[in-house]
Amino acid sequence: MVSLRPTFAIVLRQFYLMQGSPVRVLPLFAWVAIDMITWGFMTKYLNAVSGSGFNFVPSLLGAVLLWDFFVRVMQGVTTAFFEDVWSRNFLNIFATPLSIPEYVGGLVLSSIATASVGLIVMLVLATTVFGLSFLVYGLLLIPYLLVLFLFGISLGVIGCGIVLRFGPASEWLIWPIPALISPLVGVFYPLSTLPAWMRYLSRLLPPSYVFENLRSIVLKRSGSPYALLWGVALDLAFILLASWFFSHIYHHAVRTGLIARYSAESLS
Amino acid sequence: MPPAVLSVRELRKQYGDTIAVDGLSFEVNRNEIVGLLGPNGAGKTTTINMILGVLEPTTGTILVEGADLASKRTQVLACTNFAAVYAPLPGNLTVIQNLRFFGLIYGVKNLASRIQTLLEQFDLLAFRDTKCGVLSSGEQTRVSLAKALLNNPRLLLLDEPTASLDPSVAREIRLKIREFAARGEGGVLWTSHNMYEVADVCDRVLFLSHGRILLAGDPRTLPAEHGKETLEDLFVAVAREPLALERA
Repeated sequence: MVSLRPTFAIVLRQFYLMQGSPVRVLPLFAWVAIDMITWGFMTKYLNAVSGSGFNFVPSLLGAVLLWDFFVRVMQGVTTAFFEDVWSRNFLNIFATPLSIPEYVGGLVLSSIATASVGLIVMLVLATTVFGLSFLVYGLLLIPYLLVLFLFGISLGVIGCGIVLRFGPASEWLIWPIPALISPLVGVFYPLSTLPAWMRYLSRLLPPSYVFENLRSIVLKRSGSPYALLWGVALDLAFILLASWFFSHIYHHAVRTGLIARYSAESLS
Repeated sequence: MPPAVLSVRELRKQYGDTIAVDGLSFEVNRNEIVGLLGPNGAGKTTTINMILGVLEPTTGTILVEGADLASKRTQVLACTNFAAVYAPLPGNLTVIQNLRFFGLIYGVKNLASRIQTLLEQFDLLAFRDTKCGVLSSGEQTRVSLAKALLNNPRLLLLDEPTASLDPSVAREIRLKIREFAARGEGGVLWTSHNMYEVADVCDRVLFLSHGRILLAGDPRTLPAEHGKETLEDLFVAVAREPLALERA
């Protein structure tokens, strides 16, 4: 049975760490704010030079905002997990009655809190400084965020599993994951731009449906809720895969003694 | 008769061809402090890790208060706790933050008052808002012990809790552990390389060699029973000539 108290403890720990360290607070909003400013001016420039009358703000700046939200969600999960890696806390944590669903639930709640800060900062900057109106997307904005949120959670949990399996140094494999996925999901261009073999991969990634939908809304004034439903279905498959993967890695770590001697990295 | 606080039966851990723990069976009873002794690599920490649920035994069972760790992990770990010199609490949290964090995970009732009691008991009031990472090793050990007693555990596991402490602080710590064992319903499994400490604290000792229990008994009488003057002499014999002792 999942209890809320231990899950809350994980969130509270993140709060304590933020409270005591401005270095942890700054990245919550600084990088997304820089992204909004950079891409905000970029879209203004494109609007000015294209001369087509096409407004790049909702298609490009909106896409960057949604992509950054996904990245923040994923990194919210992994960063909360890395705190236990960095402080060599696995033995203390996993020798408690805390269950894996409670632990992962705490990582997810921490991520919701930290990603929300970034989202609010991006929304404020994009709307007030660059005139991005979310009315363009209508109610589809909610499934957009949902699809990206669920995918961010699942990739975050998979990232935690990889670091648990391969040791602290494998953290450097996790940070670039969003950059690796970005070309495949068409954040900045339609999927039709990609070669056929890449489009096959795109179809397996839920964010592809969000960004294709977003462009369709901006260009043709019509989105496809069914395509988004497919994105949600893929998300659920990714969540199941991530849960199985982390649980499998955790049990492997308990069987081999990896948790007890985590920093050794070399246990098979 | 209530079940033993800890009952370990035929516990075995094998990594490939290497046998780390080889069929251990022992019990820890209420109000008892049992010393788990042996040279480096004898299997002490492996045994403790298995009892803590962070290492799965190859075979064997671990019962805490009669509940099987394998099938009732949450229930068992809720009434178990530990302190080990190699598992300090996160240094980037303050003493009070660490105790609150672990108190919530262990589901401690009246957490604020329990923390206050432990801060007083371990003389940590002055450090409550200090980050654990900047405390001295003695102070960090006291915080680890306060965390280990947060949930009033029935089974307390201590892996070299006084290593790196000066004799005065080590004596204080021993006193507090003895108080814990005498006063409540709990039992303690203690590992140490300090034989003076073991003789002072433990009611019973188990000597491990190559993952097996070689000798067991009262630390005050066991050396003489095996023709040795002190517990330290016996320890050295276990480390250097385990086969001779096994034959005897």
